[in-house]
Amino acid sequence: MSTIPAELHYAKSHEWLKLESDGTVTIGISDYAQNSLGDITYVQVPKVGASLKAGETFGVVESVKAASDLYAPIAGTVVAVNGALESAPETVNRSPYGEGWMLCLQPAEAGAVSELLDAGAYEKLVS
Amino acid sequence: MSDLKRTPLRDFHAAHGARLVDFAGWEMPVQYRSILEEHKAVRRTAGLFDVSHMGEVNVRGPDAGRFLNHLVTNDVAKLFPGRIVYSPMCYPTGGVVDDLLIYMCAVDDYLVVVNASNIEKDVTWMREHTSGFNVIVTDRSDEYALLAIQGPRAAEIVQSLTGAKLGLVKYYHFTEATVAGVNCLVSRTGYTGEDGFELYHAPGDAVALATALLEAGTPRGLELAGLGSRDSLRLEAGYPLYGHEITANISPLAAGLGWTVKLEKGADFIGRAALLAEKQEGSPQQIVFFKTGDRRIIRADSSVLAADGTPVGRVVSGTLSPILNEAIGSALVAATAVSQPLAADVRGTKLNLQLVNPPFVELKKTSA
Repeated sequence: MSTIPAELHYAKSHEWLKLESDGTVTIGISDYAQNSLGDITYVQVPKVGASLKAGETFGVVESVKAASDLYAPIAGTVVAVNGALESAPETVNRSPYGEGWMLCLQPAEAGAVSELLDAGAYEKLVS
Repeated sequence: MSDLKRTPLRDFHAAHGARLVDFAGWEMPVQYRSILEEHKAVRRTAGLFDVSHMGEVNVRGPDAGRFLNHLVTNDVAKLFPGRIVYSPMCYPTGGVVDDLLIYMCAVDDYLVVVNASNIEKDVTWMREHTSGFNVIVTDRSDEYALLAIQGPRAAEIVQSLTGAKLGLVKYYHFTEATVAGVNCLVSRTGYTGEDGFELYHAPGDAVALATALLEAGTPRGLELAGLGSRDSLRLEAGYPLYGHEITANISPLAAGLGWTVKLEKGADFIGRAALLAEKQEGSPQQIVFFKTGDRRIIRADSSVLAADGTPVGRVVSGTLSPILNEAIGSALVAATAVSQPLAADVRGTKLNLQLVNPPFVELKKTSA
């Protein structure tokens, strides 16, 4: 069984989003996604300042098995990326909702996050 | 996965948290905890693999040795009871039917171990060539389960479960022995580049043997290991995998297995004329092994590019070396391009291929 924290929002493409108190949104991939991928060997994220459209590919997560695109669930500007994943991509396996976060966006539209799946809807998707 | 074949250890794997996948029509564990961690355990301590899907073919009769020497490129005549040889078995074109381990049990009795995906093809091929030889070819695959225990502590773990003197069983030799009360053919072979054993036994004994090895091994650092790490370990060791480095279209000479092609062994064999010509003229394409200094895996079927971007080959195996922490792989490349700078494209980034003579890491296996 994969962990699905109740306070997060989810995309059908298996990214999670956390609305921070300053209005930015932190994004990573779900426990289900990391478990499906297996050992993660490489994570490619955009540069700080990059502008992303909703649904746009923002990076790649690669495991021993396969490489998968990462999709921006909402539009926004990248304000931070997790540089530690470059040398320690396995952090995503160990801590998908914590140290394995991937990037932080300033959303183009406030409220975009609430249009995504909540934990209950995501659980139905992956069960 | 109901139509997949199962080894006697299928439920054992599931109970130990394995991720089971379809491999060559078998429901097999690809990993338990982590491919990378299982790989490291084999290099540092030991790993236990279920490879019961492998095929075992008995070749028996007064002409068994002469028959096998006609079928394969290596020299079967050099075997004696208790000795094993690795060999490709070729088509007349020099392409490979399969690669085999041949165990000499007695002068008229050999056990040939073949790849799971090739069992039917190999048995058919062997039987098509028995004319003129007094031999019987029998598929005994269902009569054997096979556990491979590999790594620097493998011998110590197996020794703790047997009265046989394993120190006397050298690399590529075998003996019959009781391990944890189970009758085994104990073979000092493997597919990881480490010291270790492959234990052939009756399917009904597989759970008892696996359980005993796991119990004896766990305090010594042994981990259950799946086919995922088996593949990365063999690639790191520079061993070929049928369907990748050797195929019906890639000869043993092109694959860098010239040491297994005994053109002057004193017996004609299927493929000899083609391989002799290829040796004299040079292989038009060659298997090369590479690393990149980058963690991005270059997957099988990626194009290999010359400096000007012209495709000169394709990748046949690619993974991440958990020991080097960089991508490694093998590619089939035009012979004319082998000495030129080579690169591959990964999602728009050109990565230079640094050619390496495998193994990629220092191996501690005992010498043959």
